[in-house]
Amino acid sequence: MTRDFLLAFARNKGAVIGLAIVAVIILMAVFADVLYPQDPWDMVGLPFAPPMTDGMLMGSDMLGRDIAAGIVHGARVSLLIGLTSTLAAVFIGVLIGAIAGYYGGWLGDLLMRFTELFQTIPNFVLVVVIVAIFTPSLTSIVTAIALVSWAPLARLVRGEVLSLRSREFVQAAVTCGQSNGTIIVKQILPNCLSPIIVSASLMVATAILLESSLSFLGLGDPNAMSWGFMVGSARTVLRQAWWMSFFPGVAILVTVLGLNLIGEGLNDAFNPRLRRKRTA
Amino acid sequence: MKHPIRFLRSLAVATALACTGTSLMAPPQAVAAEETPVHGGTLTAIIQPEPPMLILGLNQQAPTQTVAGKIYESLLTYNFDLSPRPSLAKSWEVSDDGLTYTFHLQEGVTWHDGEPFTSKDVLFSFTKFLPDTHPRARALMSRAESITAPDDRTVVITLKEPFPAFLQGFEMSTTPIMPAHIYEGTDYQNNPNNNTPIGTGPFMFDEWVKGSYIHLVKNPNYWQEGKPYLDDIYFKVIPDAASRALALENGEVMQSQYNDIEPFDVQRLAALPHLQVIRKGYEFVAPLMWLEINHRVEPLGDKRFRQAILYALDREFIRDRIWFGLGRVATGPINSVTKYYDPNVPRYDYDPDKAIALLDEMGLEPDGDGVRATVKFLPLAYGETWQRLAEYVKQALGKVGVKVVLESTDAAGWGKRVANWDYEITTDFLYQYADPSIGVSRTYLSSNIRQGVLFTNTMGYKNPEVDRLFEEAAKEVDPEKRQDDYSQLQRLIVEDVPVAWLLEMEFPNILNTRVHDAITTAIGVNETYADTWISPE
Repeated sequence: MTRDFLLAFARNKGAVIGLAIVAVIILMAVFADVLYPQDPWDMVGLPFAPPMTDGMLMGSDMLGRDIAAGIVHGARVSLLIGLTSTLAAVFIGVLIGAIAGYYGGWLGDLLMRFTELFQTIPNFVLVVVIVAIFTPSLTSIVTAIALVSWAPLARLVRGEVLSLRSREFVQAAVTCGQSNGTIIVKQILPNCLSPIIVSASLMVATAILLESSLSFLGLGDPNAMSWGFMVGSARTVLRQAWWMSFFPGVAILVTVLGLNLIGEGLNDAFNPRLRRKRTA
Repeated sequence: MKHPIRFLRSLAVATALACTGTSLMAPPQAVAAEETPVHGGTLTAIIQPEPPMLILGLNQQAPTQTVAGKIYESLLTYNFDLSPRPSLAKSWEVSDDGLTYTFHLQEGVTWHDGEPFTSKDVLFSFTKFLPDTHPRARALMSRAESITAPDDRTVVITLKEPFPAFLQGFEMSTTPIMPAHIYEGTDYQNNPNNNTPIGTGPFMFDEWVKGSYIHLVKNPNYWQEGKPYLDDIYFKVIPDAASRALALENGEVMQSQYNDIEPFDVQRLAALPHLQVIRKGYEFVAPLMWLEINHRVEPLGDKRFRQAILYALDREFIRDRIWFGLGRVATGPINSVTKYYDPNVPRYDYDPDKAIALLDEMGLEPDGDGVRATVKFLPLAYGETWQRLAEYVKQALGKVGVKVVLESTDAAGWGKRVANWDYEITTDFLYQYADPSIGVSRTYLSSNIRQGVLFTNTMGYKNPEVDRLFEEAAKEVDPEKRQDDYSQLQRLIVEDVPVAWLLEMEFPNILNTRVHDAITTAIGVNETYADTWISPE
């Protein structure tokens, strides 16, 4: 099963490329302190230095900070925020979705109306409001992103659970006298893992984009170097110095693209029949 | 809007023909001096943000001053060196004891609606209208024992005690003259004429299309013979910074002021042949920028720590790289263009080693991460440039072992927190209004430690000698003794570093090279523009 899955995934060229990109970004984040031991906020060179001057691969920004150092250290912030907020969102989404789907009735209705409440408010507006209220910091940003991302997942999980709970193996577990909690965790959830994984991988990409947009608007953590901040602070001097916003922009683009490719690949590998239909 | 279109077309031709490039530093008036003014033409200027109203006596926000400064006038205006010069008052005397000020008014002045202007209007403005509506004028006029008008052309003010800075209080933002025949006995804020300002100035209100433009036209009965030169002025509301730069660039507007153009765009625009940058015209307000330090928080209460902060900051870097060359490195509490400035004070040139030595002396040893102390920094929420400054301060202080944690807030939150002393370090800038006893002492007097009030001694700085000297200097009539007091004060305060002075701010006026004699006094773009003219294409 695992081997089949890996083969299916590897057959998708885009997915492999995506995986390679994300691997590089992860390596960058892990070895940031080795590649650029100095603080990325340090003004190490002449301000406004174009790429390839003073030993600075991507040039410097308006205060003389090395852009390459910012990109490498920024990878940490982007990945950290992307992963933690997705984990939190998956936890909330699965919990609410599973309970609503399994128990149904008035409890399910209540939980779904609550979910819809979050779905009807535009994501980005809500994130901005939450971060503005709780003052920008890594914690408040992660919380805000998690709070706006769980709703679609909850609906997805509810649908899966609804269809699984009437299947024979679940009925069998019920007759065996397993408790509701055990049935949800041991019988149902493992069987709806694939859609959860696929949407989680896409949620990481969305979270990174959300964080970048926040930083672009100046609502990022002022003590953390992030790609969105780099683009946002450099946009005003775009006409004088293109490289300041170009490289971090490319970093965001490539990372989000990589994560999306992986998501697509996972989806295809989990649903081989779907994929064949599409390629046919 | 027939005018602007015709005007744009002709301007395009002018731009193409223009060949005199003016650099950032070029003396602005050099060209104008050789030419004789010509009549006619329309001036277009940026106004940002849109003023809430144009009644200068009721609102003194910067954009209101710029527009209404053409409509209303005051008794005096000021040269670049802050010496007074005539406006509605043609001459004035101050008695030797410094208590009696006598103003003689101009002849033949009428309001825009034809009513004659007399000393009755001045009396009404100083004793009724302004004390009711304008805090700064109220503070000034509360120093008067009596204000009288012996005849139609004379006003006499007697003070309770000498206050030599009194003579600096008669420009249009502090004491604009309001028409008594319109406002006397009415509710000033709700007067039906508040939509159609009536002044004595060279330009009259014509039309205001909210969100678009304000149109002023020439006053044909202006009291200065043959003036103004311009036919009319359009103030255009352009809320977006990039669009403002573009409007200057393509000739749609001919003037910008204050922060209309972001510092990073100024150099680019200055290089264009049809634009010139004039940095004069802000001597009256003379903004000074500093790091405000809360003395109640340890170790910020120790003056050695504050001196270390000043040594650790490369203020030339701040001027050149963050403000793109706009400004002068500050030496102390008084801006060098304000009266009684003294350059002879202790200097704090960039020297991180001295900063480290001072921190060592205090016994602040670095821990495992090289951190000697941690402070929180709340940057002023006025946009990009201030954020860059905060990032720089964080790095520069980090180099000497002071870890800076940046906080963030919006403009309203900033005001609330600073006024209530809920900060450790922040950025701030204040106007000085020509005289230290008006705009400087308020920051350092211990009697001005008032919780909840912004722009007071929010640091909690206390030095009895400083208090005594400020009070003495404010009353001193002899200019030499006064200078002595202020010189002594500056040395004392600079030694204490109650705030870490960064820059004397400069605002760029960016003008089309066809505009002449616009910036002629210390109030710059807020002047009446009676002398301003535009050379034909």
